[in-house]
Amino acid sequence: MKTIKELHQIKEEKRRELDLRVNTKADTREKHILVCHGTGCTSSKSPEILEGFRRILKEKNIDNVKVIKTGCFGLCAKGPIVIIRPEDTFYAMVKPEDCEEIIQTHIIEGNIVERLLAKDIDGTKVNSLDDLNFYKKQKRIALKNCGVINPEDIDEYLAFDGYQALEKVLTEMSPKEVIEEIKNSGLRGRGGAGFPTGKKWELTRASEGKQKYVVCNADEGDPGAFMDRSILEGDPHSVLEAMAIAAYCIGANKGFIYVRAEYPIAVKRLQIAINQARDYGLLGNHIFDTNFNFDIEIRLGAGAFVCGEETALLESIEGKRGQPRVKPPYPATAGLWGKPTLINNVETYANIAQIILKGSKWYSSIGTENSKGTKVFALGGNVNNIGLVEVPMGTTLREIVYDIGGGIPNGRDFKAAQTGGPSGGCIPKEHLDTPIDYESLKEIGSMMGSGGLIVMDDTKCMVSLAKFYLEFTVSESCGKCTPCRIGTKRMLEILEKLCNGEGSELDIYKLEKLAVNIQKASICGLGQSAPNPVISTLKYFREEFRQHAIAKECKALECKAMSKITINEEKCKGCGLCQKHCPVNAIEGEGRNPRVINQDKCIKCGTCLTSCPFKAIGN
Amino acid sequence: MENDLVSLTIDGQKIKTKKGTTILQAAKQAGIDIPTLCFLKDINEVGDCRMCIVEVEGRRGFATSCIQTVEEGMVVHTHTPNVLEARHIILDLIISNHSKDCLTCTRSGNCELQDLATKFNVLQVEFEGERTEHKIDDLSPSIVRDFNKCILCRRCVAACKNVQKIGAIDCINRGFESCISTVGDHSLNDVNCTNCGQCIEACPTGALHEKETIDDVWIKLKDPDTYVIAQTAPAVRVALGEEFEMPIGTNVTGKMVTSLKRLGFDKVFDTNTGADFTIMEEANEFIERFQENDNLPMITSCSPGWVKYIEMNYPELLPHLSTCKSPHQMFGALLKTYYAKKEGIDPEKIYVVSIMPCIAKKFERQRAEMKNDGLYDVDNVITTRELSRMIKQANIEFTKLEDGEFDSPMGEATGAGAIFGTTGGVMEAALRTAQDTLTGENLEKIEFTQVRGGDGIKKATVNIAGKDIKVVAASGLANAKEILEEIKSGKADYQFVEIMACPGGCVMGGGQPIKSSKIRSEIDVRKLRADALYSIDEKSTIRKSHENPVLKKIYKEYLEKPGSELAEKLLHTIYQKREKYNI
Repeated sequence: MKTIKELHQIKEEKRRELDLRVNTKADTREKHILVCHGTGCTSSKSPEILEGFRRILKEKNIDNVKVIKTGCFGLCAKGPIVIIRPEDTFYAMVKPEDCEEIIQTHIIEGNIVERLLAKDIDGTKVNSLDDLNFYKKQKRIALKNCGVINPEDIDEYLAFDGYQALEKVLTEMSPKEVIEEIKNSGLRGRGGAGFPTGKKWELTRASEGKQKYVVCNADEGDPGAFMDRSILEGDPHSVLEAMAIAAYCIGANKGFIYVRAEYPIAVKRLQIAINQARDYGLLGNHIFDTNFNFDIEIRLGAGAFVCGEETALLESIEGKRGQPRVKPPYPATAGLWGKPTLINNVETYANIAQIILKGSKWYSSIGTENSKGTKVFALGGNVNNIGLVEVPMGTTLREIVYDIGGGIPNGRDFKAAQTGGPSGGCIPKEHLDTPIDYESLKEIGSMMGSGGLIVMDDTKCMVSLAKFYLEFTVSESCGKCTPCRIGTKRMLEILEKLCNGEGSELDIYKLEKLAVNIQKASICGLGQSAPNPVISTLKYFREEFRQHAIAKECKALECKAMSKITINEEKCKGCGLCQKHCPVNAIEGEGRNPRVINQDKCIKCGTCLTSCPFKAIGN
Repeated sequence: MENDLVSLTIDGQKIKTKKGTTILQAAKQAGIDIPTLCFLKDINEVGDCRMCIVEVEGRRGFATSCIQTVEEGMVVHTHTPNVLEARHIILDLIISNHSKDCLTCTRSGNCELQDLATKFNVLQVEFEGERTEHKIDDLSPSIVRDFNKCILCRRCVAACKNVQKIGAIDCINRGFESCISTVGDHSLNDVNCTNCGQCIEACPTGALHEKETIDDVWIKLKDPDTYVIAQTAPAVRVALGEEFEMPIGTNVTGKMVTSLKRLGFDKVFDTNTGADFTIMEEANEFIERFQENDNLPMITSCSPGWVKYIEMNYPELLPHLSTCKSPHQMFGALLKTYYAKKEGIDPEKIYVVSIMPCIAKKFERQRAEMKNDGLYDVDNVITTRELSRMIKQANIEFTKLEDGEFDSPMGEATGAGAIFGTTGGVMEAALRTAQDTLTGENLEKIEFTQVRGGDGIKKATVNIAGKDIKVVAASGLANAKEILEEIKSGKADYQFVEIMACPGGCVMGGGQPIKSSKIRSEIDVRKLRADALYSIDEKSTIRKSHENPVLKKIYKEYLEKPGSELAEKLLHTIYQKREKYNI
């Protein structure tokens, strides 16, 4: 237990010590080597790099340099990432064997290791993080501490105003005032549906019941989305603090974090954070010397996508099979064990402390009319800068893909982007300039979702894309209600038919009929949104579906069953390279004669296409 | 009171109904019958199948009428084109993953899915596709599971898990691969199933049914060397008529006896007589144990699902169980000994068929303890449903039959035996005999109404011969569990406990005619059947087991007295701890 005075003291001392983390001109002879320990960099040996630095520093008796473990910096494509502060030098794709050189050249000699500097898309080397185009258009609120502090050290969180919002709320504000502040901020749920957070808190507060619960939904399940994981790995206390604030507002004394077991690093750091917060008296009884008591427990999910649906999540916490409940009643009135329960997602919580400290006015000044603040996206697919980006609401898709994401690799064209994962839809080229917020995405047939953003170039088949998402939904449906259990399976079967060249126009009609009815008749969000990828691809790429159905043709060449690879006789010089590369000896012909593909043998692997120096092979 | 009422409009009809009423119930009050499939009143109200969806003005998506409650000013439409299209598709999807072999299905004609397909005139399945395939599990002596016919409504799961608190079955896998199964996907025979059959009663389709054994009966009936005896349990006679479109609760004892004789049984006896023996033995056992304060409370043992339950779950409480066999086992034992000897029939040639409302009796019959001199007490157990099929297959017009009489000398029974078929009945019958025995008088007060009725647990204190006896009658295994926990924790101060595995007792047994969800939500089936049994009791000239002349004669000629050495050998049994899982 720490007294309030002690907490303030820790904060001040630590803040001075950590000034160099955020101030490139910090007046100190100390240096901090920050090594990313997010899941991505960890799997690329960042723990070995950290150990390497420490070992070498010890061997060389250097005592003014500390090596710090941090959360994710966001630019995962360039990991493992090492940053040296205060000068803010950004080294990308560092290997354990580079440690020696970095210490020798950078730390001892004071020179930059040029070969390890990150390159921007245009090839220019950049010295510091902020110089990268990737970071220039970002605004980090939820990710504020990620990559800055050591997530396993509560003192570092305290140094950057950690738990100050909780103190303010408990000692200066009434629950109603806090809720008002959150409502005024315009913050909406970052888990997908975008329900106004303040209103949710107000409803849960208004529900009658002595026992209430606060739950954090950390069951991030959208394919390709990892923002919640990054926050938990990089700044776990921000979630604990926000949950405590929420608990104070609604009158709860117990919280649960439902996190998937596939996030072992996040789980470990959360537990460390909870233990540290308990040790400091920031969880437990009489927090900040008030009558407010609150504690948090972790509940592990087994990785079922449906458990991200709030009522299925509640069932799972209760120890039952993860299946949704029919709503209403909503969790705000009848949640965990039938008690009023507030459920917010990780990213939503990560905004709370900032809103309390900087004010709702500040927060609502960011974003669009109805969508305030920032949104974190997990940028992936056919884009140069794969990683985690946080942008103000209203940023256009074009800015995210081209300015931050660095555009499409290999000079290909943008075809579409998928937001909202298997519950969302695709956004075609003509909507590249749509400012991204909850309403505009909905208007064009997609949704914000939890923030997966997958970019597709012109080699992608949209029927296959719809099929991919349906495959996901079919395997993740809980099986409770008929439309989702059998209906999505039937939709997938139809999409498979289309991709195999066995479909007809009638199948497109059937697909739409099923889609509309599954949307309306399913119990939960999973089923209700499962047809979205089909509906939106049909909306923008109907012609492609028709080509599959009628002409039995996949122009993107992705549907192998329909593609036919041929050699243009006129262009072929008879070099025989394709023949040499073909793994199944499907290419026939001799000497300088043009080659011919035996269609019976061809497996459509495309090896010949890339091996031909004369671009004579095509579809 | 006015505040408790909610006004709403359903299909243009303005109605007022109580707060908390579901849209489905409210519609029913307005004469609107919204189709359901997974819904089973008070048992399974989960909204899984989506057949009951309706449109509520101002609400996104459909409302789930079976669980969502009415709200003031709500405007509900139950058959808009949108709703109808969605319902059609849902039904189509269910059928697309259902083995459509109605012609060879035991539930054809009494299938809720078939009824809906007829109602919606499903002429062809629009969304055909892959079907999940399951092996048929028929290893249990009582229950056959054919999940190719399962529509995942989970009514069986709710019956097993929530009503009976057994949880032998639940949903496994996810999505399209979801199916109802047991621990480790083992046979029902190898897990904690008590064979009660409440899952069968809950199933809307033919995915669950009894293990039919009428073929063996037909063969024996045609065999001139076999002396085939039928005995019928009390609850059968008040339910069999339902299979022939007769009103629920019709007493068809006479027609049943006639039909059995027409089927070719050599003798038709009444298990109620066996019940009278059970009472004699059980009352005697109780008095002894009561006077010696030995292993009290004493718990009844005539429900084989219950017996299996306690053997699996509370073996430490087995000494509380009465050692009496169940009535049909006692009766079977007497038929192959006393009766065989008296009639000069080789017991090996006697084939006893018990006609029971119960499928756990199929399991009980083949327990190793249910043998005497190498012969099973009972050779076959068929259910009320199976008997109705035999009658139909024999081209007998049941409703036109004349009333027949049970054969002598084992056919006379008392009213006490009749009420065995309903919860509280065994207790009441036993108390009638116990009070006469203890007081040595012939008391007139014989109705113990405190233990009657449909409550799951009925407690009473009765004063017999100046002594207060605390009794309790529980039905349904969830209630049994509650009582056992009380006994286990030492909180119980009862002396006599009656337990029946099925909620409501044998009249609601797993072998009784299956009633649709609609009937079960509109009619109290248990009450109608039980009332018919009480009416039989009331009209009986003899209403106390110990006054049954058949018993008097057999005790005099053969058994000596209740609890005699011979009675112990033939009419009593032993129990043992039973593993829940043989896997």
